[in-house]
Amino acid sequence: MLSHVINESQLAKASTGGRNVGDLVFKNLAMFFAAMILVLIIVMVVEMWNSSALSREKFGLSFLTQSIWDPVQEEYGALPFIYGTLVSSALALIIALPLSLGIAIFLSEITPPWLERPLSFFVELLAGIPSIVYGIWGFFVLVPWIRSDAEPLLSSSLGFIPLFRGAPYGIGMLAAGMILSIMVLPIVSSISRDVLKAVPRAQKEAALALGSTRWEATKIALSYSRSGIIGALILGLGRALGETMAVTMVIGNRPTISASLFEPGYTMASVLANEFTEATTQTYLSALIEIALVLFVITIIVNSFARLLVWSVTKHGDAASRQ
Amino acid sequence: MTEELMTEVRQKTEVVDGSSDEHSQKSAKIEAENVHAYFGPVHALQGISLKIHANSVVAIIGPSGCGKSTFLRSINRMHEVIPGSRITGKILLDGADVYSMDAVFVRRQIGMVFQKPNPFPTMSIYDNVAAGLKMNGVRNRKTLDEIVEQSLQKAALWGEVKDSLSKSGVSLSGGQQQRLCIARALAVNPEVLLMDEPASALDPISTAKIEELIYELKKSYTIVIVTHNMQQAARVSDETAFFYIGELIEFDETKKIFTAPTKKQTEDYITGRFG
Repeated sequence: MLSHVINESQLAKASTGGRNVGDLVFKNLAMFFAAMILVLIIVMVVEMWNSSALSREKFGLSFLTQSIWDPVQEEYGALPFIYGTLVSSALALIIALPLSLGIAIFLSEITPPWLERPLSFFVELLAGIPSIVYGIWGFFVLVPWIRSDAEPLLSSSLGFIPLFRGAPYGIGMLAAGMILSIMVLPIVSSISRDVLKAVPRAQKEAALALGSTRWEATKIALSYSRSGIIGALILGLGRALGETMAVTMVIGNRPTISASLFEPGYTMASVLANEFTEATTQTYLSALIEIALVLFVITIIVNSFARLLVWSVTKHGDAASRQ
Repeated sequence: MTEELMTEVRQKTEVVDGSSDEHSQKSAKIEAENVHAYFGPVHALQGISLKIHANSVVAIIGPSGCGKSTFLRSINRMHEVIPGSRITGKILLDGADVYSMDAVFVRRQIGMVFQKPNPFPTMSIYDNVAAGLKMNGVRNRKTLDEIVEQSLQKAALWGEVKDSLSKSGVSLSGGQQQRLCIARALAVNPEVLLMDEPASALDPISTAKIEELIYELKKSYTIVIVTHNMQQAARVSDETAFFYIGELIEFDETKKIFTAPTKKQTEDYITGRFG
């Protein structure tokens, strides 16, 4: 009896023994590559933290609240860049949300199947266009149009709101928001489409069987998938926050905070792209790196939040369909 | 064979086509005429004709894939929401063809309860029941309150949820969720209630409650119930239809179907020889 047990355990060892080396190597190699990602992130944060020491010591928290950016006087405050990044991204989401939802609803609920694939392909193709191309198009097509048509129209109709006051430069926060909205459109609309498609058939049928119209059934589906759609928006926000080239070309690159969307602004990513070659002093460089750190932290927070939301909704969907 | 069956059904139900309006209205709430349904190339229903009386409970039984759910869904035009589906023939509700009416209107007259309880998870119990009413444009709070209470009472759920109407609909147990779905269907005041295996996902106690409920509801509604459970069909229904591979094999009083079926296939199915 005992010998039987021993035999069996020996057998088990022997049978795995043959594969063990290869499996071990494979497992550790895969783990190594996965760990590299984490290590890379940690190294980046530590590096940025250390390199920004000079700026952090000199300005402290006022770096985040000061709005003077003066390399000559060695005065650095990041507020206009933080403001520019947040406002241009928010504007992008406000413009992109209704468009993306319309696209997502059309693709998931209305389009016949033969049309859905090519249409989705084109929407996702937008995500693959290099941002410099958006920038060029924005500079030569969008900005002149904003200057000659959009801004005069907005200021004559909505001029009583401070947001839409001022001279129509063309270049400025509005142009940045619009170009960003086109760039976040593919990600927001394709994730929203997936989330809407994941709404259980039983939910849509429940609405239809109650005598709902197509629109009312869609509203039920939208409410069912609202946290997923919020997740999609936040992923879009993540993209908008970090977008550099296209924004740099149309935002005007002036570190000011102004109420009007027509005025030029500046974003964190743009100032990094524009000024890293000019950073002649240690403090200047250190200040730029601190901006990079702030941008990094904001992006990480936004993306983690989005992931959590999307995970929670997919789990919820699974539970409902298994029920 | 179908022809023969048709004659038989007509005789049994003692309804002759072309009789006076009054008579046909009184006796046939729903009338299916030669209904064929397809999913793409699959011919799921092959010429179903039957009549369902007002305020009666009709059970549809048959093995899986026999088309019983498809027939149920063709009555309130839910079959057509499946991509690639197609239907021919007529379904008359009080003598008018539902396929020449607006589908939204049809579904408000013919409520449906699904196999799995499917309350709207983002809505409270109250809002679940009120959902159909709000779609109908009922906004008056007092009217809504009244109808929600009445519907929950009809669905025998009021006593259990009256103090927690603002809780989420999915916080209820499976059996309660199903009664919530029944209340939701009743709130829009349909004339007919279709139930697609309403108790198959429920425990025996909840099932008994649903069956009691069906008995109560038939006083004011015409009910068509699809079920896998033959005891259930025998308990709740007045008439039973036996479907097999897309055809209506036999349709008669429940008592007769279960004690003296005329068709061999029905007998085989009921005695458990297949299915």
